[in-house]
Amino acid sequence: MGFYADLEQMNRFLEKLREDSRVFAPKCFHGEGRFSDTDCIRYGEISCMEEVVLDQKSQYSFKEILNPVSQTLFFFTEDQVKEPEIPAKGAVIFMRSCDIHSLKRLDDMYLKNGPADYYYSRLRENLKIILIGCSQSFENCFCVSMGTNRSEGYQLSIDRTEDGGYRMDCRDESWEKLLEELGCRREQAEPSYVTENTVKVHIPAELDQTVAGSGMWTEYDSRCINCGRCNFVCPTCTCFTMQDLFYSENGKVGERRRVWASCMVDGFTDVAGGGSYRQKNGQRMRFKVLHKVLDYKQRNGYQMCVGCGRCDDICPEYISFSGCINKLENAMKEVAENDEK
Amino acid sequence: MTRNDYLPFASRILEVIRHTDIEYTFRMAYTGEVKPGQFFEVSIPRYGEAPISVSGIGPDSVDLTIRRVGKVTNEIFENYVGDTLFLRGPYGNGFDIGLYRGRELVVMAGGTGLSPVRGVVDYFARHPEERKGMTLICGFKTPHDILFFQDLARWKETMEVILTVDCAEGDTACQVGLVTQYIPQIQLEDPNTAAAIVVGPPAMMRFSVQGLLERGIPEENIWVSQERKMCCGLGKCGHCKVGDTYICLDGPVFNYTKGKLLID
Repeated sequence: MGFYADLEQMNRFLEKLREDSRVFAPKCFHGEGRFSDTDCIRYGEISCMEEVVLDQKSQYSFKEILNPVSQTLFFFTEDQVKEPEIPAKGAVIFMRSCDIHSLKRLDDMYLKNGPADYYYSRLRENLKIILIGCSQSFENCFCVSMGTNRSEGYQLSIDRTEDGGYRMDCRDESWEKLLEELGCRREQAEPSYVTENTVKVHIPAELDQTVAGSGMWTEYDSRCINCGRCNFVCPTCTCFTMQDLFYSENGKVGERRRVWASCMVDGFTDVAGGGSYRQKNGQRMRFKVLHKVLDYKQRNGYQMCVGCGRCDDICPEYISFSGCINKLENAMKEVAENDEK
Repeated sequence: MTRNDYLPFASRILEVIRHTDIEYTFRMAYTGEVKPGQFFEVSIPRYGEAPISVSGIGPDSVDLTIRRVGKVTNEIFENYVGDTLFLRGPYGNGFDIGLYRGRELVVMAGGTGLSPVRGVVDYFARHPEERKGMTLICGFKTPHDILFFQDLARWKETMEVILTVDCAEGDTACQVGLVTQYIPQIQLEDPNTAAAIVVGPPAMMRFSVQGLLERGIPEENIWVSQERKMCCGLGKCGHCKVGDTYICLDGPVFNYTKGKLLID
């Protein structure tokens, strides 16, 4: 059901939500950007609409709310192991369509690939989603090519109106009641979405693992500096490493954590005794790219990449992921020709 | 409520069997289903976890053969006396004994690669009537690195055992050479129906499989076990993923028809 709310009504709505939920949205962190005097747009807990950044893409995704950068699994003392407390409140997250699609990928990884993950499930329960409509495509977005430009998976959609208010499509009964109580007027509403991006990608239908034999990957041996930023901004990357640390001097009290890991960074595949796989950055690039547009689909039936373009936004070497995808067609031809020779 | 698979349980060390200076077998208290080739995440809080494969299965115990090569294993070797280790698992598919029953069987193992396959070898050493001819080829770096020495002597009674080292270091009792050079000697009545298991370092596995294929054993009759970094064992951490395959969930044991397609 469609509604219109002005800023004040919207803030009263958020205030109501905050009674039993933490509300997260893209926020501006002044001066925290990657260059001096630049800002960082990333997720944080909000208390009013003025804090929410709706007119820019967030540089980091919402995933850190469900899959924290560093998450304590348990605390240990000499003879005991204790789990950390569960947050008492549920969560409401403002997300764009591409990110809602990436939530399905996080769910499939953490809840269905092997046994369901205890820590993810705890944070995933009682989650509600507010879709941020996209009236225009941002730089490097290619959601249309990936089919993630529209989403149905929300409880409320929100779009700015010209008069500074918000147009919303509500799909949650309790929120509908709440908006009515706040005096929001009924209005036809459909979330805006992008129908065309400047960047388009084409994933060849015949793509398979043989593309690993193409010469296209060697370019990344020298261009990529294996910093792993692309993994950390990606809303679908989920890898982690276990980390133990101790607090006391005798080293007997501490905690086990899991922290984000990157398949681009040294050490990701190291096994005890000195073995490791994919030592060249080009091989790592190939591993990552094919995960996003080939082998995840082989396993799950749909592509992993959602086309948010954050990896392209963040790369300090200006490596374009979408550009790389678009090289795959020629690379497949190259591999086929090599086979004929 | 979802179960918390990350919480380890304390398991008592029942016995420590020393093979070499850096390789011990820890017999750990454990009751439950477990297959050879599966693995446990072994940990000492504050040093972390390491995946260790099951090298033996008793009624109330599992054997974990641990090589002192990393941060966690160093600590295990220093501080095990009369103690417990924390375990999670077992994880992975393991070897399915049933696949090898009634067949000729060749097992090739390199170094600690003998650990995951030891349960299979031992089973068929105890039940020779359940299989046809069997050959075990084991390779180690030097005579000092030989694992399960007593087992090897016992296994010799019921099967062909070829023990070889890369470098004899003056020990004249040892055969010297790579495991692959003994492939032509394997006695096979019918390579088409024979089964083979290969476990070891990547290069050893590649050349061993190649040799077995040349002997006429079909791809689908060969099984390999893979080693990768595994932080969770639950299909989540991503370290062991190769292509669309998670070694910890889909492996570590693969039929070669699948195993050959794994491109790291």
